[in-house]
Amino acid sequence: MGSGTGIGRVRGLGSAKHGSIHWWRQRVTAVGNLLLVPWFLVSLFRLPKLDHATVVQWVGSPLVAVPLILLTISVFYHFRLGLQVVLEDYVHEEGSKVFCILLLNFYAIGGAALAIFSILKIAFGGVPA
Amino acid sequence: MAVSILHRATGTGMATLGALVFIWWLAAAASGPDAYATFYNYVVAANEGDSGAFAVNVLMKLVGVGLTWAFFQHLFSGLRHFVLDIGAGYDLKVNKTVAILTMAGALLVTLAIWGTIFAKMGAH
Repeated sequence: MGSGTGIGRVRGLGSAKHGSIHWWRQRVTAVGNLLLVPWFLVSLFRLPKLDHATVVQWVGSPLVAVPLILLTISVFYHFRLGLQVVLEDYVHEEGSKVFCILLLNFYAIGGAALAIFSILKIAFGGVPA
Repeated sequence: MAVSILHRATGTGMATLGALVFIWWLAAAASGPDAYATFYNYVVAANEGDSGAFAVNVLMKLVGVGLTWAFFQHLFSGLRHFVLDIGAGYDLKVNKTVAILTMAGALLVTLAIWGTIFAKMGAH
């Protein structure tokens, strides 16, 4: 870039037109987190103990496993969107920016997959208490 | 300004430290009693005489206090963002007051929660 007309320099380099859906999903997951994270923290706080048997029994019940999976999706999606904006604002070199966002995606999706698989394994009785 | 940068810092902290402890907790529970015992030893309460794990415990308590504060700071300033989203709260005085309230609120709730936890632990 650097030569050519003004329109030639910006053509194809403008907005990806994904801004509004990014903004909206950030809000949707924020409301999801607002409901699910306090539920999770209060429930943890109310457990008599945090030993293996208690945790496996608690996580394994349907009314805990399902909201916990939804929480994982909502939280990990929310921070994937949020950290993407942070990276876009503070990592200025284009190559590093793309690389960081790639790592962020691997981290968020990999972490959520591991958490959800673990919840399901417990819920389907795959863990002897 | 300050609240905006705090929103990013607390979000980043929870997405890294908080999410990693969450994943470790679930993966350890799903792996079985032995893996969970390792998690418990480091994060919740160390085995008798394991001074290395005890040091990690103390660090984890600090991380816990930090993440609790981060959560409420992020929650309150997130609620503030919802108000700003609907176009309200831009009057300079109101804007500043609400920003300060998010910071005061987060500190107060964190103190209340960890005061209760440490009081409970002391009672045992």
